[in-house]
Amino acid sequence: MNAPVVQIEGLCTRFGNVVVHEDIYLQVAQGEILSLVGGSGSGKTTLLRQMLGLEKPAAGSVKLFGENIHQLDAAQLQRLRNREGMLFQHGALFSALTTFDNVAQPLRELHALPEALIRDAVLQKLQMVGLTPADAIKMPSDLSGGMVKRVALARALALEPELLFLDEPTAGLDPALSDSFVELISGLHDALRLTVVMVTHDLDTLLALSSRIAVLADRHVIACGTAVEVMAVDHPFIQQFFLGPRGRRALQVLDTHGK
Amino acid sequence: MDYPVLPALQINFSQPDVVTANGAWLVHALAQREVIARLDSALAGLRERGSIAWNLRAISALDHIGAQWLWQAWGRKRPPQLLLLPEHEAFFARLEQAGEQHLPPITTTRRLSIVALGQRAQEFSGHLLGFVGLIGQVVLDLGRFARDPLRGPWREISATIFHTGYQALGITALVGVLIGVVLSYLSAQQLHTFGGDIYLVNILGMSIIRELGPLLAAILVAGRSGSSIAAQLGVMRVNEELDAMQVMGLPHGFRLILPKVLALAVSMPLLVIWTDAMALFGGMLAAKIELGLSPAYFIHKLPQAVPLANYLIGLAKGVVFGSLIALVACHFGFRIKANTESLGAGTTSAVVTAITIVILADAVFAIVFNGVGF
Repeated sequence: MNAPVVQIEGLCTRFGNVVVHEDIYLQVAQGEILSLVGGSGSGKTTLLRQMLGLEKPAAGSVKLFGENIHQLDAAQLQRLRNREGMLFQHGALFSALTTFDNVAQPLRELHALPEALIRDAVLQKLQMVGLTPADAIKMPSDLSGGMVKRVALARALALEPELLFLDEPTAGLDPALSDSFVELISGLHDALRLTVVMVTHDLDTLLALSSRIAVLADRHVIACGTAVEVMAVDHPFIQQFFLGPRGRRALQVLDTHGK
Repeated sequence: MDYPVLPALQINFSQPDVVTANGAWLVHALAQREVIARLDSALAGLRERGSIAWNLRAISALDHIGAQWLWQAWGRKRPPQLLLLPEHEAFFARLEQAGEQHLPPITTTRRLSIVALGQRAQEFSGHLLGFVGLIGQVVLDLGRFARDPLRGPWREISATIFHTGYQALGITALVGVLIGVVLSYLSAQQLHTFGGDIYLVNILGMSIIRELGPLLAAILVAGRSGSSIAAQLGVMRVNEELDAMQVMGLPHGFRLILPKVLALAVSMPLLVIWTDAMALFGGMLAAKIELGLSPAYFIHKLPQAVPLANYLIGLAKGVVFGSLIALVACHFGFRIKANTESLGAGTTSAVVTAITIVILADAVFAIVFNGVGF
């Protein structure tokens, strides 16, 4: 068994007087799809930002691939960042660049690959997420919400990351699109042997993709395990989330599909 | 994280030639210095020789970029003789299935063609028409405001006066004093050679109150508030706040443009008075040091040297310049599209155009009020 890809130990996050996380422990093993769930404002996205090094912890440490991200020099951090990809909730595409240039940006930033190779690689990535070359010359403002997400995913995958972060990958997509997105991610997970850390509210996505689920509430990780294990935990949020009317509906669907 | 084995090609010249690939064919390994160049030169001699057998069994790792490089080296088709590990099969299957893809050509017009010229002319007339329309809109909104002043956007107006007026006091004072000192020193030296020291008050008073005070204040406000108004409207466009206002029935003209125009029309003349006072203060200080002209004499002489009409012209300039700055900033702010490049370009255009229009208006003032106030 390899060392965990993500290892969070004793993490605390504070914004002024507001304590978001207190003493959080979390591990993600290689090849896993870990989902973070929690109520609004429970700090899921903040935890994701901690893993990305966009926030600084008040205490504790975040290790990616066994290295503490806050103790690396610039070159080491750059190498680490080249191994991870992030899909932001609203895509965060560079609005001044075309779709093609958005996806090509990380590849061009290596300053080593020939343009013809970049061109083919970008078109292949776009094809993997279901976009045509005709979409490649569009500007982000001309794309629909679902297409923006796909382009953002293609950009996150451009450097063949080993670790992929997804923030609400299916939020704002219609059910059919959201299903195809789930299929896409699970296909890529199999094909590229990715490790995925995902924040989601969507029960269908959650149950379809996750190999493990971590539940954030009251500033702590209150449960972490498979869906069945997590659901067995007695906590008002978990009861409400999984066993409320929406949760039961989703589980029912999953059950009938299973049979 | 280092790659101990960089991707490399070994070539055995036999019948047929055999190319053996080894190392880690991963994007970060390919991006290492010289790796691609070495691979290219290894292949260079081979291209014209007929059939080549490829052996990829020694590859330790492969990703899409590595596969793509090989695919391109093969001329975008699977070579007839290919040995590879079963786990790498999927990469090439995917490439083969995708087939060749082309970017559609992007049509661009040359900058100096007739078409481009026409586009420029069209764009300019569009701006002109838009600006005239904007002025019309503000006049209509002003009418609405006058009919029912109690329901006017008072809060927005007072907030904008605070931001564009009160918060600009410091910078206009600093620039005003410095310009006053500079002008005073320069004129004092010239006047001294003619023995006309006492006319310093006339020169300073006229130039500052009639011209420099309003112009200085306007240029500073165009830079400060013009950019902030344009950027604010641009970000509201990006965030869809403008659309939200429209949907809620809050008209842009009445709630965004009118308050800004009115607020600047109020705060600019006040800033003009302030800048005048500061510049005269600086000039007075320098006159005392350079020519020994006492401040008491300076203040006593000022009303005689500068007839009242000049103050009024200065104030009128303030009102006109303020309204123009707000109108230009709103005009460009509303034309910003939902992307960062457009935001930057729109803000720049707003400031540059505002300053140009202010100077243009100043020239109009000079011509219209030629002979008034002397």
